[in-house]
Amino acid sequence: MYITHVIPWHSRATSSAKEELEVITPSKLAIESVSKSFKTATGTVQALDRVSLKVSEGEFVCLVGASGCGKSTLLNIIAGLEKPDSGLVMANGKPVTSPGRERLVMFQEAALFPWLDVLGNVLFGLRLKPGLRDKDRLDVAKYYLELVGLTRFEHSNIHELSGGMKQRVALARALAPNPRVLLMDEPFAALDALTREQLYGDIQRIWKARNKTIVFVTHNVREAACLGDRVLLFSPHPGRIQEEFTIELPRPRDINSVDLAGYASRIMRSLKGFTKAEGEVAE
Amino acid sequence: MKRFLSAAAFFGGLVILWQLLYDAHIWSPVLVPSPVSVADYLRGAAADGTLGQATLITMRRLLIGYVIGIIFGLPLGLLTARWNILRDTVGTMSLGLQTLPSVCWVPLALLWFGQTEAAMLFVVVMGTLWSVVIATDTGVRNVPPIFRRAALTMGSKNMHLWLKVILPAALPFIVSGMKQGWAFAWRSLMAAEIFVTILTGFGLGQLLHFGREQQAMEQVIGIMVIIVVIGLLADKIFFSPIEQFLHRRWGTGASQ
Repeated sequence: MYITHVIPWHSRATSSAKEELEVITPSKLAIESVSKSFKTATGTVQALDRVSLKVSEGEFVCLVGASGCGKSTLLNIIAGLEKPDSGLVMANGKPVTSPGRERLVMFQEAALFPWLDVLGNVLFGLRLKPGLRDKDRLDVAKYYLELVGLTRFEHSNIHELSGGMKQRVALARALAPNPRVLLMDEPFAALDALTREQLYGDIQRIWKARNKTIVFVTHNVREAACLGDRVLLFSPHPGRIQEEFTIELPRPRDINSVDLAGYASRIMRSLKGFTKAEGEVAE
Repeated sequence: MKRFLSAAAFFGGLVILWQLLYDAHIWSPVLVPSPVSVADYLRGAAADGTLGQATLITMRRLLIGYVIGIIFGLPLGLLTARWNILRDTVGTMSLGLQTLPSVCWVPLALLWFGQTEAAMLFVVVMGTLWSVVIATDTGVRNVPPIFRRAALTMGSKNMHLWLKVILPAALPFIVSGMKQGWAFAWRSLMAAEIFVTILTGFGLGQLLHFGREQQAMEQVIGIMVIIVVIGLLADKIFFSPIEQFLHRRWGTGASQ
């Protein structure tokens, strides 16, 4: 059964930790005509060609495409980890110039720090957030560990966790500083199907409860249809947004539902369509 | 406990074997003294203070020089890893000097500083420094880029990024470099003490040297035992716990 409520907050929490957990700061993103090319050994690759995109507050947007279509590059640009050749990314009305904790990234690998234990990893971003007392940081970190169901493992070493647990810790670490935007780059791609399904439930629940704006990159069409309010289809060489699907299914969505399969097969048809066209051009 | 007992039995066996060889009178007692006479020497030297004094002097040289080597080596290694221009210059020089056996610094140190404490410190620093520089540089360059990216998005930058992410991520490399530096420093200090009389204080190496001059084999072997014990203790007390912590956290190697 799907849980819509947030885990009740303990009475032991200090008032400022409560405040920190109750602040909900959604944001909107505007990507305006962003282009980016890379030089490789065989020549220049146009990873992104004048891509424009708007994401509204609290929206869940999925970017889908074959590998190498530039969707991860776009995510990195939104994160501020890479600079576009031209164009502009605005987050909450301000241009993005560098990475920042209001737009946290979750990568395909968990990228957890092996020199810290689980709790230490979740605390990492929080420690960089000013205006909190250490006690509050600890409370907030423990809250998010509870949210992803890993309270029992707070003092475990990273290498002792399974792949799914690692991604859960990475999710808690990304959520803990309360970012406006969550950028997810195929975070579940390396996991087994069962663990993935659990995490689809988790992420929908947390997204709703914490009112995040999420941009989610994947090559899995079904995953995109399950999670996204909107699914944007990328075509490669040059990377462009080719088509847009609005998924009008009630939440929480079950990845195995028939309606969802209908959306997925429509998206898949389009995806195959222009991948084929690309092949014809190449011939 | 079981491991301690097996180690105790092994070393006890060695001493018994030694005593048996001595009793067999194969070699002259001048060349192979009995374990009892070595123990007697050590007891006497401990009682009149020479042993404690010499150990203190040697350890002081070693520790001060070692700490200086690390204090300069770590930042230098970080700098060579950060800027390629420094790697091509300072890094290449470090690599070259690291391949130089550190005992080769002894003649230069004596000419520069005379038979003083400064010469000994210089030799130890040279033994430590280059290994630490190279290991830190290698360690930092082997930090997976994803750690850096993850830290950047969480708002880490500049000093914080270096101290809280890159340095700890490079720790396994740095610790093995520190261990190598320790070994180099220890060997070169012993060589220096044996071959040169340092006027500012007699260390363990000097006791070893005097033992040879006086044909006192029990002193030579006794001091060698002390030197071995110091090396073992350094490993067991200082390096082993750090390495075990790293193995436990990183999940590498066989935990014991």
